Amino acid sequence: MLELLALPFFQNAILAGILVSIACGIIGSLVVVNRSVFLAGGIAHAAYGGVGLAFFFALPAFPTIVIFSVVIAIIMAALSLNRRERTDAIIGVLWAIGMAIGIILIDLSPGYNVDLMSYLFGSILTVPASDLKFMAVLDLIIIGVILFYYKNFIAMSYDREFAKVRGVPVKKLHFLFLVMVAICIVMSIRAVGLILIMALLTIAPFLAEQVSKSLLQMMAISSGLNVGFVILGLFISYFFDLTSGATIILVAGIFFVIFQVTLRIVKTKKAL
Amino acid sequence: MKNNASNRCVLKFYKVDFSFNGTKVLIDVNLEIYEKDFVAIIGPNGGGKTTLVKLALGLLQPNKGQVYLLGEEPSKSCHLAGYMPQYPTGEKGFPITVLDTVLLGTLPAGSKGIFFQRQAIEKARDALSLVGMDKLREKKMGDLSGGQIQRVLLARAIVSDPEILFLDEPMANIDISGQCKLFDLMADLNSRMTICFVTHDIGLLSQYVKSVVCVNQKVHFHKAPEITKDVAKLLMGESCPMELIAHGVPHRVLGSH
Repeated sequence: MLELLALPFFQNAILAGILVSIACGIIGSLVVVNRSVFLAGGIAHAAYGGVGLAFFFALPAFPTIVIFSVVIAIIMAALSLNRRERTDAIIGVLWAIGMAIGIILIDLSPGYNVDLMSYLFGSILTVPASDLKFMAVLDLIIIGVILFYYKNFIAMSYDREFAKVRGVPVKKLHFLFLVMVAICIVMSIRAVGLILIMALLTIAPFLAEQVSKSLLQMMAISSGLNVGFVILGLFISYFFDLTSGATIILVAGIFFVIFQVTLRIVKTKKAL
Repeated sequence: MKNNASNRCVLKFYKVDFSFNGTKVLIDVNLEIYEKDFVAIIGPNGGGKTTLVKLALGLLQPNKGQVYLLGEEPSKSCHLAGYMPQYPTGEKGFPITVLDTVLLGTLPAGSKGIFFQRQAIEKARDALSLVGMDKLREKKMGDLSGGQIQRVLLARAIVSDPEILFLDEPMANIDISGQCKLFDLMADLNSRMTICFVTHDIGLLSQYVKSVVCVNQKVHFHKAPEITKDVAKLLMGESCPMELIAHGVPHRVLGSH
């Protein structure tokens, strides 16, 4: 096992996993308490349109995807601001169209054909060292912004109307929140892929929420759980020669079931 | 006359219309509420009571007419008001303690960073003591009963020392003795602030109440109110014959509109 840790690609994979886990633990907690999982899914999938744009016009990949996703996030934020009816349907439309644009543009791109699977499940074992720096910077930005606006974010998430009456800038926070979701998704997409992003954004926060007394605690526990899932999943995938992203998800899934059952048993015992 | 409301107008509706999805909820509302008044907002379900409160706080915008809260547009002055919503809109599972919930009522002062200032914490604990919930301050909101949640939300509404307090159905989920205590507390707060509370239960108009606002699409204001069968009809509908039974309890009879 130690030999494995000495391999640079595996070190990079673990580092990338940790960075993505932290971002997804923090942002995922906000996504879950704001009941915005569908919105996050929409941004994550529509982001694929950015991938297509980058390939078709031979633009630098990361900046293009960042800008495209942030624009999508802003559109979705505007659509979801007043929680009108059918917002979810419109998000679904953007979700599908963004993804389709991405696939068609890549089809039309001359010569080169990226593997769609690598965007669905990521390629954490081939993350280059240069990406790690970029991810670390985005992690720091996410942590900084969340901690700075922490109380405002709780107010917005817990009771939006009350927050509005208090004069908390709920609209701005809603936009900021979804832009952060977009940034988190973009930094994670190459390493862990679309599907794993959704897993890291939802499974750990859902579990953490049940044992947390504050949003901060929920974010910390989520990030910790994510790190555990990713590292354990990476080892298992290496030793059994399995797809790393899917293995990580299954590790999280198994833990999810064990956790829920244990919690149920503990609660029943307490009630007796 | 026990109505000692002073002369400053704290809430004014001028020719306000409001519709929701094409349905008229409120029509031509004219209303003036003065400082230190203790107002019960009554009316049938769906009559527009909550809408009236949300218009007053700037959470909804009128289609026509103007609303002035403390002399200004509600969006500018709403932070000077206290608000206790009808339903806790936050979910049961939300990871937040009782104390942190009340602390949210101190925002946006000191809103940067993770921790609340000591001064804010002291204020929040005072507010919690006032509603008898300080002992449970470290409990998670999701572990409280409906009545306890109401009390915490009341503490959250008053922690900022508002000039005017809006309570939407504060008596729901609370038993009779709790309701009496709540009225005593509200009467006490009334010495410092104007109070407007929504109720659909006219049995709950305590002797402390100074004015009554009847809301059923149209709005009528009654000073030093009384209750009649006509009002009961308005509230309960024609199909529900009812009589008011009074047993040495102070009650009021309103004339018809």
